[in-house]
Amino acid sequence: MADLSGLLRGAVAGERLALARLLTAIENDAPGMRELLPELFAAGKGGHLVGITGPPGSGKSTLVNALTQEFRSRGLRVGVVAVDPSSPYTGGAIMGDRIRMMEHAADRDVFMRSMASRGELGGIAAATWMAAAALDAAGYDPILLETVGAGQSEVEVARLAETTVVVEVPEMGDEVQAIKAGLLEVADLLVVNKGDRPGAALAARHLRAMLSTAGGRVGRKPPPILLTTATTGDGVPALADAIEAHRSVARSPDAATARARNQVRRALGDLALRRAGASSTWEATIESVASRQLDPITAAERLLGEEGKA
Amino acid sequence: MDDARSAPIRVLIAKPGLDGHDRGAKVLARGLRDEGFEVIYTGLRQTPEMIVDAAEQEDVDVIGMSILSGAHMALLPRVVELSRSRGMDDVLIAAGGIIPDADVAKLKAAGIGEVFGPGTSIGQIAGYFREHARRRA
Repeated sequence: MADLSGLLRGAVAGERLALARLLTAIENDAPGMRELLPELFAAGKGGHLVGITGPPGSGKSTLVNALTQEFRSRGLRVGVVAVDPSSPYTGGAIMGDRIRMMEHAADRDVFMRSMASRGELGGIAAATWMAAAALDAAGYDPILLETVGAGQSEVEVARLAETTVVVEVPEMGDEVQAIKAGLLEVADLLVVNKGDRPGAALAARHLRAMLSTAGGRVGRKPPPILLTTATTGDGVPALADAIEAHRSVARSPDAATARARNQVRRALGDLALRRAGASSTWEATIESVASRQLDPITAAERLLGEEGKA
Repeated sequence: MDDARSAPIRVLIAKPGLDGHDRGAKVLARGLRDEGFEVIYTGLRQTPEMIVDAAEQEDVDVIGMSILSGAHMALLPRVVELSRSRGMDDVLIAAGGIIPDADVAKLKAAGIGEVFGPGTSIGQIAGYFREHARRRA
């Protein structure tokens, strides 16, 4: 068994291979990882956690590369976690986010890790927040979390990130798309990428018009809408400014509490599932629901040993 | 620890040097995905330093390089050297492409685990990786 505590110390001291191996232990839920968690959490240095999400092909990877360059020019050390989908059939994955990041491969102040989603819904891997914590402990700030190409409802990243950037393209659709619930709602910053395409400015204007009047973002101001061309770097410094400006908003006590609430909720759900899944009556209980002898809620209570208590 | 092997094997697929022919590398990446591997594809025109830097950050179990340009003797041993100097002693390094038999022995002596020539099946490569990639604890 690897010495996880030693890997964490190495990562904090700037050893890249130690950090890389710690990330592997996190992904694989290696023996001893659970015990390391309090230490990992405490080692955090307060790096700004920025989620980058949007549909496939909207230019997330290219934008992450452009942002990395911009933050490096400001003297910041940039961490990147890029999530790509795992095949539901074979468990395999192809992760191609590095293709656009190779110019930073030899930069000692950029650390990028590709993660396969390993069956997790919501555009991020289950271990993503722990991976972000490891990069934070190693002193990277900001930490960019690039999700899998997300559809309209993959909003999980917003529960984790302090600042969520949603990347759209000019062809995203009409004004009604802009007022639907889902991905656009969770944006702290909304980017229309591929700004050199015809209609880009118009798409940004539509979004601005619809989102400035739309409800749904209770207690929150409509998100700034920025136009970028990631391939040329146009608009990227302004996006970096907006991300940095959002840091203080994200760290208000209310925002921090809301994030913590979501994280604990999620952890609680995972824990309940793990406990129930380990129960010897798991399969039999599932079968009872399948044959309609038992309803799903009673089944869940029974698996948690909570029947009658709720 | 057999259950440690239930975590997918991570493979970096790279094209070292000035060689724009990446069809083979992409077909292999796709094939390995179907075999259940997690494949990190780095794209074209990589220096040995870039390949090793990426392999280190990704903590891969295998580095697979496809090379058709004839520069294999200049580039591949350098990847082995750099990997070992970074403490990546347990990473399997393999190559594929157009490589003369006379050079295969030299590459193996330099630390390249296996060299796959034309006609190799994806299954053979997957089998080799499964057998020789490190076991994680």
